Amino acid sequence: MNAIIVSTLLGVIMMFCSWVIKSAKTQRNIGLLGMLLLILANLAQLKGWWVIDIDTKGMLAFNQIGLFANMTLFILTFLYLWINGEEIDKIGNHAADYYAIFFFILCGVGILTSFDNLLMLFIGIEILSIPLYILTGADKKNLLSNEASLKYFLMGSFSTGILLLGITFIYGANGSFHLSMPMINATTHKVDEHFLMSAGLILLFAAMNFKVSAAPFHFWTPDVYDGAPTVFTSFMATIVKAAGFIAFIKVFETQREALGFTWVIILTFVIVMTLFIGNITAIFQRSVKRMLAYSSIAQAGFMLFALYGKSIFNTEALFLYIVAYSIATIGLFAVLVKMKDYSFESFNGLAKQNPGLAFLTTLFLFSLAGIPLTAGFFAKYYMLNALFTAGAGLWLLVVAIVFAACSIFYYFRLVQAMYFTPGTPSMYEMDKIYNIKLWVLAVLVILFGLFPSLLFNYLYF
Amino acid sequence: MFLLLFLLIPIIAAFLLLFVKKAQTIQFIAMTSGLLSLLNAVYLLFNKTVNFDMPWLLILNSRFLLQADGVAKLLILLTAISFPAIFLATSKNERSQNNIFTALMLFTQAGLMGVFLAGDALLFYFFWELALIPVYFLCSIWGGEKRIAVTFKFFLYTFVGSLLMLIGIILVYTNTPDHSFLIQSFTKAHLTTTQSVTAFALFLIAFLIKMPIFPFHTWQPDAYEQSPTAVTMVLSAVMVKMGLYGVIRWLMPLFPAAFVAHENLIILLSIIGILYASLVAIRQDDLKKLIAYSSIAHIGLMNAALFTHNQIGVQGALIQLFSHGVNVLGLWIIADVIEQQSGTRSMKALGGLAKKQPTLAILLVGFSFANIALPLTNAFVGEFLMFNSLFQFNPWIAAAAGVSVVLAAIYTLNMVQKVAYGEVSEAISIMQGPNKNAQAVLILLLVIVFLTGVYPQPLFDVTADTLKQLFVK
Repeated sequence: MNAIIVSTLLGVIMMFCSWVIKSAKTQRNIGLLGMLLLILANLAQLKGWWVIDIDTKGMLAFNQIGLFANMTLFILTFLYLWINGEEIDKIGNHAADYYAIFFFILCGVGILTSFDNLLMLFIGIEILSIPLYILTGADKKNLLSNEASLKYFLMGSFSTGILLLGITFIYGANGSFHLSMPMINATTHKVDEHFLMSAGLILLFAAMNFKVSAAPFHFWTPDVYDGAPTVFTSFMATIVKAAGFIAFIKVFETQREALGFTWVIILTFVIVMTLFIGNITAIFQRSVKRMLAYSSIAQAGFMLFALYGKSIFNTEALFLYIVAYSIATIGLFAVLVKMKDYSFESFNGLAKQNPGLAFLTTLFLFSLAGIPLTAGFFAKYYMLNALFTAGAGLWLLVVAIVFAACSIFYYFRLVQAMYFTPGTPSMYEMDKIYNIKLWVLAVLVILFGLFPSLLFNYLYF
Repeated sequence: MFLLLFLLIPIIAAFLLLFVKKAQTIQFIAMTSGLLSLLNAVYLLFNKTVNFDMPWLLILNSRFLLQADGVAKLLILLTAISFPAIFLATSKNERSQNNIFTALMLFTQAGLMGVFLAGDALLFYFFWELALIPVYFLCSIWGGEKRIAVTFKFFLYTFVGSLLMLIGIILVYTNTPDHSFLIQSFTKAHLTTTQSVTAFALFLIAFLIKMPIFPFHTWQPDAYEQSPTAVTMVLSAVMVKMGLYGVIRWLMPLFPAAFVAHENLIILLSIIGILYASLVAIRQDDLKKLIAYSSIAHIGLMNAALFTHNQIGVQGALIQLFSHGVNVLGLWIIADVIEQQSGTRSMKALGGLAKKQPTLAILLVGFSFANIALPLTNAFVGEFLMFNSLFQFNPWIAAAAGVSVVLAAIYTLNMVQKVAYGEVSEAISIMQGPNKNAQAVLILLLVIVFLTGVYPQPLFDVTADTLKQLFVK
């Protein structure tokens, strides 16, 4: 509860902050301080030091994994804000508003990691999504940003409608919104009830797929990620997507049983489709930003593997994947934001001009591609291991690695541009501190690449 | 502890190099690191193995375990000889950013050492991939005209192979009794026949790509040709041995039943590869490509001998791992000297080396003899044993492989004839002769060639324990 309450309060504070404090720098620092406060509040609940306890009639249930998810996502958000603070200021002239929006989104995240009731899932997703529509359109004078925002809004509302319809069906079959209610047993119950339940779950599945941008519900992703201001794309592609996955796994951990074997079929279909579309389309992109959008679809395909089984391995794998993917993606977008032009060619010759930055970019790309010594390798390893333990056919693993190899094509294109093609990239000024921040991310990438267990120590204790 | 030095020395030297610009200092650091590793390798040779064991990933039960048995010792020695030899022989080559180049070479060395030392499957995979990354950059930055595409193909091939191996590792790992990646527990894994065959195939593809064996070989000639020669030397002298080493260290002990069940297929592929590569080598005009194809043929023979699963053949292959490395290194260094000084690799444009540069010509003839495994050279011992085992396996197979010896003689002697004899060509006439460093390296290597050719017993002694592990249950 701590996270939800504190983030809402912080959101309200940031909203009114711009009346009192005019300096963008102070606003930024207050935002970061608030973020630290939020992390502390969540930590307090995790450790049982101080808990705000409100009786929600079982609509929210706080467990270790949910609180750990909060912790992970909040720390990632903190890193994100710490690195991108100045870039956020440059968009529009109301930096404090954006921080307020971030805190509201984190409130949604808090709900999504702890709901025990499908209505709370709906509320959580809405609290998460609506601020995102605003962030996407934040660059008011840019038509692309407006277009992206409108598209996102229309498609998002549509998917929310589907989500609601699914929840309604499930309620019709089950008589309850609660996740932990005893499931309908396919053998003893009436046929039409079972049908309702399955239909509801499949609608729910489709809506969740939309939120995590899995194919064939991914069509909004490239346009929205491309149109939104680059700093915000970074946030959407990482923290928001991760929250979506945590909610996704939470719903279907128990409910999937009602679907029986159908579950495996549709999940496999979606995974293979997502991997295929994400990876293959990414190869043909000419803009790095769009490539990263498709890469995020492809990575979502990998994260979906976490839904395949339901042992602790899956949760572990998902967390590690989220952390590895988010750190690398935040890093890449932080580099991208400093480029004047987002095409692959604009990276030509970066290694000559700025070897440090080229090295960092390469490290982040390696992590996304899953090369050893980076966090991404263990993320992929854990995911494959979880998939295997869950009893997936070997062919699915082979499909996974074939597409992992495909991803080399587009990630390494950037490496090739930076190191092997001559040119002079035009970039915005980068100060020393910004560089140091990126190096911190790089250290994290290598740290988790050598000792992934560091992350799990917190999961269990 | 001193096993860890094999990784630490090159890595520390590589980091030092990042801050050094002066050519002499670069050479000094590289050579110091190379010689220290070599000393360490020689020390290892005369010592009982002491494992280096450290907890690494406790959750996965993976340990940072380094260990060295006979074959590993031999390959470590080969690696430790190759790198200083390459540094010395190519020291006069012009390169931009020489410090970065040397640093990447040293990282490659550390990766290779790690592959040969790893006693834990996950660690092995780690080093397997890490040895590849610096090579990718080396070839793509300093390579020939088509370097980017060619290196990318090379990278992609090996990457797919190693990912398949990763699945194999996961498959075996989940079936080990104590859920551990150690090679000892891997050998005790309870695999059903299907699982065993699948895992075998997954490992095998990774190794076959690395060697490379016939259907997976297409990356190799291009990569050899386009890489800077120093890197080609690493690739063909040491890196291809990773695949063969994988077969010996992992495939044979882990899946004995699947290994025997598929020997026919693999030997057949190897033989096809040998003949194919030999025939292609005959048609080559480019010196580098000729050596590349000849190398494919030799590796194929070693692989075939390993898969006969016969003690004599495996012994031959173990020795040949070392000998082939030395021989091919010598040939590459000569090819590099010729290319650097005459400006061409085309054999048509070369000729009369013996008249103009008698020392170099003698060395060339020496290594060429080793390449066709003439008696008294080191390759003879290994090839004799390998053919012996192939003959015991199947006389027809042995006959087919035997054709390759004739073909090897044809293309190698043809090369000698074109390069060393005949009229002195324009390209040869401008040659200055090898610099002192290269010449010293070549002579030393030639001494090794004949020394181990006449008295191969030390090689047998070193590899004895590996053989014992493989064949005495």
